[in-house]
Amino acid sequence: MAHGSGGKATQTLIEAVFLDAFRNPALEPLEDSAVVEVGTERLALTTDSYVVSPIFFPGGDIGDLAVNGTVNDLSVSGARPLYLSAGFVLEEGFPVADLRRVTASMARAAATAGVGVVTGDTKVVQRGKADGCYVTTAGVGLLDRPARLGVAHARPGDTVIVSGPIGEHGVTIMLARGELDIEADLISDTAPLNGLVATLLDACPGGVRCMRDATRGGVATILNEIARASGVAVVVDEDAVPVRPAVRGACELLGIDPLYVACEGRMVVVVDGPSAGAALDALRGHPLGGEAEIVGRVRDDPPGLVLLRTTFGGTRIVDMLVGDPLPRIC
Amino acid sequence: RDNGQVSRRVRAAIRVEGIVQGVGFRPFVYGLAIELGLDGLVGNDERGVFIEVEGGRAPVGEFLAALRGHPPPLAVIERISVERVRAGPGGTGFVIVRSAVGGDRRALVSPDVATCVDCLREMADPADRRYGYAFTNCVNCGPRFTIVRDVPYDRPNTTMAGFAMCADCAREYHDPADRRFHAQPVCCPACGPRLRLVDREGRTIAGDPVAEAVRWLRRDAVLAVKGLGGYHLAAVAAREPAVAALRSRKHREDKPFAVMAPDLAAARRLCAVDETAERLLTGPARPIVLLRRLPEPPELPGAAIAPSVAPGNPWLGLMLPYTPLHHLLLRELACPLVLTSGNVSDEPIAYVDEEAMERLAGIADVFLTHDRPIHVRADDSVVRTFRGRELPVRRSRGYAPQPMALAAGVPRPVLACGAELKNTFCLAKGRRAFVSHHIGDLENYETLRAYTQGIEHFRRLFDLVPEVVAHDLHPEYLSTKYALEREGVDLVGVQHHHAHVASCLADNGECGPVIGVAFDGLGYGLDGTLWGGEFLIADLARFERAGYLEPLPMPGGAAAIREPWRMAAAYLDLALGGCVPDDMDVVRRNADRWPAVVALARAGVGSPRTSSMGRLFDAVAAITCGRDVITYEGQAAVELERRADPAEPGAYECPLLAGAPATTALFTAAGPELVAAVVDDLGAGTPAEVVAARFHNAVARLVADGCARLRDAGAPSTVALSGGVFQNMLLLERATDLLEADGFRVLTHRRVPPNDGGVSLGQAAVAAALDRERG
Ligand SMILES: [Fe+3]
Ligand SMILES: [Mg+2]
Ligand SMILES: [Zn+2]
Ligand SMILES: [Zn+2]
Repeated sequence: MAHGSGGKATQTLIEAVFLDAFRNPALEPLEDSAVVEVGTERLALTTDSYVVSPIFFPGGDIGDLAVNGTVNDLSVSGARPLYLSAGFVLEEGFPVADLRRVTASMARAAATAGVGVVTGDTKVVQRGKADGCYVTTAGVGLLDRPARLGVAHARPGDTVIVSGPIGEHGVTIMLARGELDIEADLISDTAPLNGLVATLLDACPGGVRCMRDATRGGVATILNEIARASGVAVVVDEDAVPVRPAVRGACELLGIDPLYVACEGRMVVVVDGPSAGAALDALRGHPLGGEAEIVGRVRDDPPGLVLLRTTFGGTRIVDMLVGDPLPRIC
Repeated sequence: RDNGQVSRRVRAAIRVEGIVQGVGFRPFVYGLAIELGLDGLVGNDERGVFIEVEGGRAPVGEFLAALRGHPPPLAVIERISVERVRAGPGGTGFVIVRSAVGGDRRALVSPDVATCVDCLREMADPADRRYGYAFTNCVNCGPRFTIVRDVPYDRPNTTMAGFAMCADCAREYHDPADRRFHAQPVCCPACGPRLRLVDREGRTIAGDPVAEAVRWLRRDAVLAVKGLGGYHLAAVAAREPAVAALRSRKHREDKPFAVMAPDLAAARRLCAVDETAERLLTGPARPIVLLRRLPEPPELPGAAIAPSVAPGNPWLGLMLPYTPLHHLLLRELACPLVLTSGNVSDEPIAYVDEEAMERLAGIADVFLTHDRPIHVRADDSVVRTFRGRELPVRRSRGYAPQPMALAAGVPRPVLACGAELKNTFCLAKGRRAFVSHHIGDLENYETLRAYTQGIEHFRRLFDLVPEVVAHDLHPEYLSTKYALEREGVDLVGVQHHHAHVASCLADNGECGPVIGVAFDGLGYGLDGTLWGGEFLIADLARFERAGYLEPLPMPGGAAAIREPWRMAAAYLDLALGGCVPDDMDVVRRNADRWPAVVALARAGVGSPRTSSMGRLFDAVAAITCGRDVITYEGQAAVELERRADPAEPGAYECPLLAGAPATTALFTAAGPELVAAVVDDLGAGTPAEVVAARFHNAVARLVADGCARLRDAGAPSTVALSGGVFQNMLLLERATDLLEADGFRVLTHRRVPPNDGGVSLGQAAVAAALDRERG
């Protein structure tokens, strides 16, 4: 199962199987969205499947997660999300009332994001062949801005910003499974980022190098992708990373590092040095970016690595995980 | 010439192999031959030293006896071969012949060596030109490994390159009869490095640097001192305010500090120094020796050790001065000095001047520094004593890069990448294994850089291009990732505990098969779970997991390592069938998170399963000694050992259960039952000292019973004990006693640590064995 945890094993799987089978110029950058040209327009295209358990959790459900996730993948590629499709795989016996709840929240999320769910599909499989309800969304967006964004675009001197406190979605889900005797005042951070992205791109035209929504594998995995693709070092200041006390407490209890925990409404932004102030102000001026923080800088050395400056001034390596985190201490 | 006797002349051609270059071997041979009135020659080539001596039968015999019996202190002779050759007419005298071109290319770089008595005598002699000189050295002592930039080992390839020898030094350097003949770092006050005392801003403080530094120390200052392999932080050991300040500035909460005593007599006032300890304290490697403290004699105020040095610890890490600078400093100060690595908490020790100034400015008040660069960072080595010999805990300065002879050859050159924490790497070829100095914990970037640069440095020094690369199986170890990035080599993944057992075999020059008992914190197992309480039937090439401690969840993974009470929660939940009384101390102390952590363990969320013996010690330490959270690795187990009453003979029962079906295991050991016995005993009012001892005795019995069970099933009757848990002397002694009483032969570590610092040697031994089998 290590192949699904969003770390290096997932990466290897993608490269070994999918890239190999489908190799083409639009796929090759392995960004969250592909860029294709149709007539004179540049479009961004993306798809994602959602298999979250439980289906309903504090702050959201699989429905708004599926809409927001695809909206966000389009948004961080610099596109204006327009239309979504939705596919459902339902386990026989999945309550219709639950399905109504899911579709209603999808509709609400789509309305909030200003996108239309314009086509769909449903399949029912035998009991036991699926876990309640799976949702797949695909989305198309219009790339109508001149911004050239990509994980390979980070340069030494750039500034790294996260748009808000991290790890809330992942921790909420873990606690919502109900196996743990932990109570925390937490809700998922799931939210559509297109408005926040538009605000940012308007505020510093040409200053943004890349944006990624920090989903599976968390902020740490995104930063590693940026460091590797750009051939730079990303140095993060541990004390500057925004983490809510409830998340920190739960992570400490669970023995996990918030940097690796998934978010569904936070993004990592790399901007050039001179744009840092304007970018931060713009993000903070938006309701979804009020707690944005500058968390680090891009350096030339050591290329490909993410380093964490700890409270005592040490530099810990924040590596891409190969699989599920296992203690390394002997 | 024949001492007046009429006897037949003989001529012997002698070849000496081992560490015989750069250690004063040729001047030694020259001096010996002249003394015995022999003719002949001596020289270096790529294999070592070649000698021909000619003269009367008796003096030639004496020569050979001296060569074997009293070689130069730094020489490590692996082999001497002697051949009779035809004698000449005599009267040719004795000469040192020039080395063949490239002859020194493969000379083995020696470890750094403590200042010798001859140099000390010169330093103390007001008439000597090296009187009071902090960089005095000779061919028998001084810096080596830490100043070598490249081979051949010649001055231009050392950090002494920038110091041009004066005429006096040059004369000594070129005189075969002189103690400084070809001593590469030779220097004197006229031409060598100089001391400087500077403040935090780098401004020179006027006056004699050593005398001024001592004045600062006496005023409770923290001093940074540039040593052989890096900067130390120093404070007067008797001064609580100074030591406490050092502790808080360094962010080091509990881990004991090491102390440098001015001399052996002072050491004896602090600790029980037996013959073995004396030999180690005064030997050329000068490690920190962990020794039992003596009660403090009130009539010797200078010998006092402030409480913050090693809080509540009956052991003290003690060392004696090993550089001229240390000798000068300690002689001036005349009392013990805390000397700890120059870093903040877990960072590697600072060794580059500017970097040290920057990193240590918040800790040290003044810096005693000099202008001889350190090329390789080397921490102080740490040893314990066990049955009249040393048991390494950290093998670094003074030991690395001394090669270890292997019992069997290495067909193709091997790089073994080591583990993650306390990392060392190892390069091996021919019959030699070069285990690196202590690199440290790889999760740190500075350390990772030292690791990759260190490997390149060793490759150059020992002229070795690895064709086989051995690594741990843990996918997240940075050493594993480093190995997997190597191209054009054969990769060999070696299971962590197999590597531990193989390292114990290689350490003892054996190949197995043995019963390997590998007890440690944890390592990645073949089944993807974390192992650490293992009985393996192993030789160098392969192993079978024949028994292990019953696995249980570690609630919160790495958090369960930092917080031993979590292991107590996991163990107690199993031991007491889910009904842990709320009024147990460990439960009360951690009441706010106890239910959540038990839930984690039961659900298996974030709770990898482990058979680790270290974690069992943690659990018992939390229950017995109240050690809920640790601030340094192994702290809980260390405190449990310290607490145990060595006079207590009792032991708990630890049943061996039948091994799980469809596995190679013959048994699993029921850890929770041991914990249940601990709880019962404490509940009956038994003192913690007795409980801790009975637990140790139980684990020792578990070792012996497990081995006996395996021997009954046909396993060998030799046992190798390895893994970090066997740094616990009480356990090591009891287990060894029980095993030997039951007729087992017991192998323990003597040259590399039982902890992960020894893993690289084991990996190399396994990789070489597999390569030999491939033919
Ligand atoms: Fe280990
Ligand atoms: Mg996606
Ligand atoms: Zn000397
Ligand atoms: Zn000189």
